[in-house]
Amino acid sequence: MTISHRTRPRLRPRTVAQLVLLPTILLTVIGYHGSILWTIVLSFTPSRMLPVYRWTGFDMYERLLNTERWQVAYQNLFIFGGLYIGFCLLFGLVLAILLDQGVKGRSILQTIFLYPIALSFVVTGLAWKWLLNPTTGLQDFVRSLGWENFTLDLLSSPDRAIYTLVIAGVWHSAGLTMVILFAGLQSIDHEIWRASRVDGIPRWRMYLHVVIPMLWPVVVTCLVLLSMNVVRSYELIVVLTGGGPGFSTDVPAKFIIDHYFARQSVCLASAAETLRLLTVAAILAISALSRRGGEAAT
Amino acid sequence: MSTTRNSGVIIGRIGLYAFLITAAAFFMIPLVIVFLTSLKDGVEARTGSIFDLPQSPDLDSYVIAWTSACIGRDCNGISGRFWNSITLTVLASGLSLLFASLNGFALAMWNLRRANLILAMLLIGAFVPYQVMIYPLVRMFAIGGFHQTLAAIVTVHVLFGLPILTLIFRNFYVGLPPELIKAARVDGAGFFQTWRLIILPLSLNIFIVAGILSVTGVWNDYLLGLIFAGANWQPMTVSVASLAATNATGVPDHAVNMSATLLTALPPLLLYLFSGKYFVRGVTAGAVKG
Repeated sequence: MTISHRTRPRLRPRTVAQLVLLPTILLTVIGYHGSILWTIVLSFTPSRMLPVYRWTGFDMYERLLNTERWQVAYQNLFIFGGLYIGFCLLFGLVLAILLDQGVKGRSILQTIFLYPIALSFVVTGLAWKWLLNPTTGLQDFVRSLGWENFTLDLLSSPDRAIYTLVIAGVWHSAGLTMVILFAGLQSIDHEIWRASRVDGIPRWRMYLHVVIPMLWPVVVTCLVLLSMNVVRSYELIVVLTGGGPGFSTDVPAKFIIDHYFARQSVCLASAAETLRLLTVAAILAISALSRRGGEAAT
Repeated sequence: MSTTRNSGVIIGRIGLYAFLITAAAFFMIPLVIVFLTSLKDGVEARTGSIFDLPQSPDLDSYVIAWTSACIGRDCNGISGRFWNSITLTVLASGLSLLFASLNGFALAMWNLRRANLILAMLLIGAFVPYQVMIYPLVRMFAIGGFHQTLAAIVTVHVLFGLPILTLIFRNFYVGLPPELIKAARVDGAGFFQTWRLIILPLSLNIFIVAGILSVTGVWNDYLLGLIFAGANWQPMTVSVASLAATNATGVPDHAVNMSATLLTALPPLLLYLFSGKYFVRGVTAGAVKG
């Protein structure tokens, strides 16, 4: 009642609603779309530290694709990404299914499995670096138990350093996968379990042939979420391996930030960004298609 | 027959719990060793195994990390950076939530033309890795004359936080009955009045969910802080990553490093432990419609 006696607003509320969106629209158009376009434009120029607008065509892309460091970084995106996503899904699924067996202390276990997601990748990297350090870390501990020749020299080995990123990454994100998949499991109709008991189908076969296929849309959600983590991954690498030894654990994000700011090669970094953008677009397109495929199948 | 079946079930249960407890150990160990190390002193941390219990546990390393550890040439500890992070988080999350709630309300309940187009435009920001936009934004801020200021870092946080937060609010408001605002409009209430008097009181839960997502996101950010915050507003994550605490003779003091690491981890960790189900909803909210 009090409302009606206040001064009537001069603008119609719907107009106000449109005006409220205006700053966000401007911010989006300039901040996102403008920035993305700008980056793409810069990839066709010879800009070093500051933007220069001279068309050089695909020269930078050619140089980029011939740069060994980029080849390693781009390859690592798929090695790290494949292992990280694979293990997060596998580990998350196993934990979710086990927790769904009516275990005691489920909520405590869930809290323990999920807490790393609250931590930054910086903290994750620092903790794992400390755990894996060769002088006082895990290696030293196992040796003190009697295995004198045990070596866990992951961080200083160019071939194996990338696995430390996978381990730390899975530690950080497996809980999230577990929670999402667990929610998916809970939403499945309990009738199917009764039906399977009547038909005498073992539980593991139910999971393999019925439940996991039903979870497909949830799995795709996890895939998208984890893929975004992979494409963005930067801090974990900077803190844990610094991209090394050498450039063995370099990733596109680190290559790009280094070339933008430390090496002042804006053109090359922009070309790399554009390629990464295309990679993201491809991932999203595939996930959209597979989701549709999954829906058609069920 | 039934005894073999039962023993099979029992063995299965033992295996089940053994696996779950091993997994729990895997998740706990890094936090435990960071915590144990932080209670030691520098010499003990350097010479003993990380799994050794501290001989005389104390908080000295925390005091050093807080007040006198060196970040670069600045030896005043990380306390200043802690308050930087607090300021950034409060400002960036507060503004993001305010805008996201207003945007979500406008997009969901006013039958605006092209509301879905605007949402789609915004959501590009949720999927494109934000590094793509970093260099152009640096140029824009430099041209505007406020690169590496508080305004710059808060703006980028709001910019990159808005898409997913707006989506969360919009999805919540879409589910509210449209009669709510029709009644308010009959009473002559405007947009902001309706939002403040009717929508806001209904939004507490969704504010908590979105707030958790926003606060952990801003607090845990590293790259944006590194590039946009400058020396004056350097957040805690950036300083702790470059913190290389050493003792007087230049030997690394891991106890101090681990204390600083734990202090950086503590705010989101406490938020996680005390918010329970809300936290899970927060971190998965972005995934639901992804």
